[in-house]
Amino acid sequence: MKIAVCLKRVPDTTTKIVVGAGGKSIDEAGVKFVPNPYDEYAVEAAIALKEKAGAGETVVVSLGGDAAQETIRTALAMGIDRGVLLKGDGSADGLEVARVLAAELNGGGYDLILFGKMAVDDYHHAVGVMVGEILGLPVLSSVSALRVEGGTVGGEREIEGGVEVLAAALPAVVTTDKGVNTPRLPSLKGIMAAKKKPLEVKPVSLGAGTMVVTGLSLPPERQAGRIVGEGPDAAAVLAQLLRTEAKVI
Amino acid sequence: MAAILAVTEQRGGSLRKVSLEVVAAARQLADAMGATVDAVVCSSGPVEGVAALGNAGADQVRHASHETFTLYNPDGFAATIASVGGGYAAIVFAATAMGRDLAPRVAAKLGVGCATDVTGLGTEGGAVVVTRPVYAGKAIQQVRLTGATAVLSIRPNTFATGSAAKAGTLQPLAVPAFTARVTVTAVKAPAQASLDVTEAPIVVSGGRGLREPANFKLLEDLAAALGNAAVGASRAVVDAGWREHGAQVGQTGKTVAPSLYVAVGISGAIQHLAGMRTSKVIVAINKDKDAPIFKVADYGIVGDLFEVVPRLTAEVTKLRAE
Ligand SMILES: Cc1cc2nc3c(=O)[nH]c(=O)nc-3n(C[C@H](O)[C@H](O)[C@H](O)COP(=O)(O)OP(=O)(O)OC[C@H]3O[C@@H](n4cnc5c(N)ncnc54)[C@H](O)[C@@H]3O)c2cc1C
Ligand SMILES: Nc1ncnc2c1ncn2[C@@H]1O[C@H](COP(=O)(O)O)[C@@H](O)[C@H]1O
Repeated sequence: MKIAVCLKRVPDTTTKIVVGAGGKSIDEAGVKFVPNPYDEYAVEAAIALKEKAGAGETVVVSLGGDAAQETIRTALAMGIDRGVLLKGDGSADGLEVARVLAAELNGGGYDLILFGKMAVDDYHHAVGVMVGEILGLPVLSSVSALRVEGGTVGGEREIEGGVEVLAAALPAVVTTDKGVNTPRLPSLKGIMAAKKKPLEVKPVSLGAGTMVVTGLSLPPERQAGRIVGEGPDAAAVLAQLLRTEAKVI
Repeated sequence: MAAILAVTEQRGGSLRKVSLEVVAAARQLADAMGATVDAVVCSSGPVEGVAALGNAGADQVRHASHETFTLYNPDGFAATIASVGGGYAAIVFAATAMGRDLAPRVAAKLGVGCATDVTGLGTEGGAVVVTRPVYAGKAIQQVRLTGATAVLSIRPNTFATGSAAKAGTLQPLAVPAFTARVTVTAVKAPAQASLDVTEAPIVVSGGRGLREPANFKLLEDLAAALGNAAVGASRAVVDAGWREHGAQVGQTGKTVAPSLYVAVGISGAIQHLAGMRTSKVIVAINKDKDAPIFKVADYGIVGDLFEVVPRLTAEVTKLRAE
């Protein structure tokens, strides 16, 4: 079983966001970066599937700057066999990112190509599906349950008020959601081993794309709230306010 | 004349409410550009509610009918929409489970980017411009879409549905040949059919303050009194197995933007706020006056939820009966 995982380096989700000097991106000073949380589900799925198959290879691919090597090493420490850094600047256009990833993955002989359902920085929710379309592979997106057996892949995706059951033949693209598994933590042994695992660096350049970021701003501060009162007697006041002032009930 | 395509959704032969929001957003864009709006619906038979699309602002409804379109057919829907999509100035989807899967497929087929989860839109010098939350809603990105066709998805509960006096004529749309690479073999309904938190106009969420799963009955009663309300949860209680995964609001759960969000016994951790901070009105009920949730709440009650919530339910019931 040969499996690829696309992994993005993103700001830790607890990071306070400060708009950078250009006014179009964040100020990265002092920001802690982590592997995209949804991609960790994909990494875990790849390692577990290879363990189950008893043979094969797992590869992690990341597009980003040199610092993404650290993110790749985290995946290697979890148990991925080797890494590829596509060294270049990202793009605000998910299709340009997808094109570069697809070019690297094309012809690689992968049975499965895994993604997170979305990156928690740009929130596109798109790149994995786009790679599948570019490569002409079946795509099972946002799966919270995954089963691979006998050349087929099955998954479940949460939809509004229900769960869709998905099925396709391998090779396929899968994007992972919470619930699919619990990612392992890198062991000390894994961290040591990761240092010696192969990590290839390939320079790439992206097209201009069709999405131009013209600005980044902080959301309007919510007006500091009003404490209506204390204890159960405040409930009547609140209900009135919701009706006459906020007009929501 | 330029035209905009609004991609609607149906389930079980009934149009989904979010479809009207998609048409309303498309109408808003069309009015800014002097364009017309076509709505498209994919199904295997007649769809109840398509007449309402005209009133929501569609000039024409294109119906793509195929025997495999009973459930969502990712490759079939994408092929159909892409077959005509290049002729439109913009294609508007909803950022729902279906839209999140379908919009990037269509965008990739047309060779353009895809702006997802859009909360504001307009035009600037002829180009479509959108705003969309990024970094878990901690920042808002402004984006200009420069492709021949702008592909975007709107966040549910964000665009108000209007009523235009349009007729919305129904036209068949041919389904091209396609290969169904992935199939939806079934849809499992949850144990009790309930309103999804992402779509409900009112969400009442509970956290660890509820102490045990059975106490969520208090919130279900409040939701029933409010009407058209869904019950959500913090991650703490979902991880504890008190509520379904699908009810989790927050950064690793759902993003909701209802007109009213009531947080009960929820502290207001940053990851929870990520999922609900764009709600129009936020109410917090918490016994700790320093709980961070009060910093984002429009209205707060400091008190024991076990006393406050039943009273609130009673007051709401009384008011709504008037
Ligand atoms: C990577 C990551 C992702 C996360 N994603 C999410 C997410 O998607 N969604 C999410 O919600 N969290 C998420 N979290 C967890 C988050 O950090 C908090 O731990 C969680 O939201 C806390 O849940 P809570 O408010 O229910 O519990 P607590 O923080 O324990 O708060 C309980 C509250 O109830 C109040 N209370 C207790 N008893 C009563 C009473 N009788 N009457 C009134 N009030 C009472 C207390 O004062 C307290 O404020 C994430 C964390 C991480 C690290
Ligand atoms: N720069 C990148 N390098 C590697 N994988 C990426 C990159 N950007 C996005 N991805 C993958 O695509 C998924 C969806 O990202 P997005 O569409 O940007 O929300 C992520 O969870 C990753 O698996």
